[in-house]
Amino acid sequence: MSSAEYDLIIVGGGPAGLTAGLYAARAMLNAVLVEKGAVGGQVLLTDWVDNYPGFPEGISGFELIDKMAAQAARFGLKTMLGSVTAMDLNDPVKRLTMEDGSQLTAKAVIISTGARPKQLGVPGEVELTGKGVSYCATCDGPFYRNREVAVIGGGNTAVEEAVFLTRFADKVTVIHRRNELRATKISQKHAFANEKVHFLLDTQVQSIVGKDGVEGVQLKNNNGEESFLPVYGVFMLIGTAPNNEMLPLDDLGADSYGFIPTDGEMRTSIPGVMAVGDIRSKAVRQVVNAAGEGAVAVLAVEEYLQQLA
Amino acid sequence: MAGDKVVHVSDSDFAAQVMESDLPVLLDFWAPWCGPCKAIGPVIDELADEFDGKAKITKMNVDDNPATPGKFGVRAIPTLILFKGGEVVEQVTGAVGKAQLVAMITKAL
Repeated sequence: MSSAEYDLIIVGGGPAGLTAGLYAARAMLNAVLVEKGAVGGQVLLTDWVDNYPGFPEGISGFELIDKMAAQAARFGLKTMLGSVTAMDLNDPVKRLTMEDGSQLTAKAVIISTGARPKQLGVPGEVELTGKGVSYCATCDGPFYRNREVAVIGGGNTAVEEAVFLTRFADKVTVIHRRNELRATKISQKHAFANEKVHFLLDTQVQSIVGKDGVEGVQLKNNNGEESFLPVYGVFMLIGTAPNNEMLPLDDLGADSYGFIPTDGEMRTSIPGVMAVGDIRSKAVRQVVNAAGEGAVAVLAVEEYLQQLA
Repeated sequence: MAGDKVVHVSDSDFAAQVMESDLPVLLDFWAPWCGPCKAIGPVIDELADEFDGKAKITKMNVDDNPATPGKFGVRAIPTLILFKGGEVVEQVTGAVGKAQLVAMITKAL
């Protein structure tokens, strides 16, 4: 058996991966964090984080990540820029293939590849992405000053970002296919109190219409009535899809949505492989539990490495 | 230093820097309030180093320069447009991976 280059490779630098990196660096493991763009993950899509403890006034998604990265760097966490395209995890030496064909090897791997906003899958969506179809209200909201926009979805992200968009847009219509919202009561209360936010419940999007840019959405009420809502922008905030293209899903026993199940110590079904953050099969996807999972996983990695020795 | 080869373009010098460039030009529309724009920043810096002399890698702050994004129908950032000979070759939106951008530029060389 050839020896592994690293004790631990952490794949993905969102809150879960960065916290794992912090704990790994402080535990003096020979670890590297691999990130395809720059550190961040989905929290970068959030304008303001009001529920991460320790920041009584709240903090921007970007600043929170910046602080997490700086904290891990202070303890010497090594990070590497690049995309992992394949993982061979079953042997004691785990082998990761990068997009340039090079390979990294480690005794243990923490998968923190996260998730991304889900596509709705209606005609016009792909063609008009970036031309009125958006998955990030924080990024694109300012393009919609004094315009009318639609938000698709009924969860926390949809309802909270609808309120955020009223800073720019004259009117924001939240379109949800069910007859009630899934968002928490406090989020709903903020949205209901905002006179620029309107709701179209029991309504599904049939297609997004526009030539050089979005001109409106074709809708169908659950009782069969069809209508057209003219809007300049459509924000798709309907949940997340796992970033799992590089993972051996069968070996990891992925659930039917493609997320990875673990035990309470973040161990997957493969020895020496942990999964943390939004890629994990779980109900609650918050920054605070992503961070907690990163810490737990490193303790499980340390235990695993001790058994190997 | 990484990133010092990236050319910052404005509405006023867009024609000279991009449309009249002899080399293919990648233009990254970004803004300081956009997290994913910051996330691909290091990738843009690396591209500028790797394609030095072969393609021009540029950025435009859409807050300071509203005219050019409007002209190209940009309503989301990051949006990256590849120009060659004053024409749009390809346009992508979102924090795409480095490999995709390298392939896009290489095709236009």
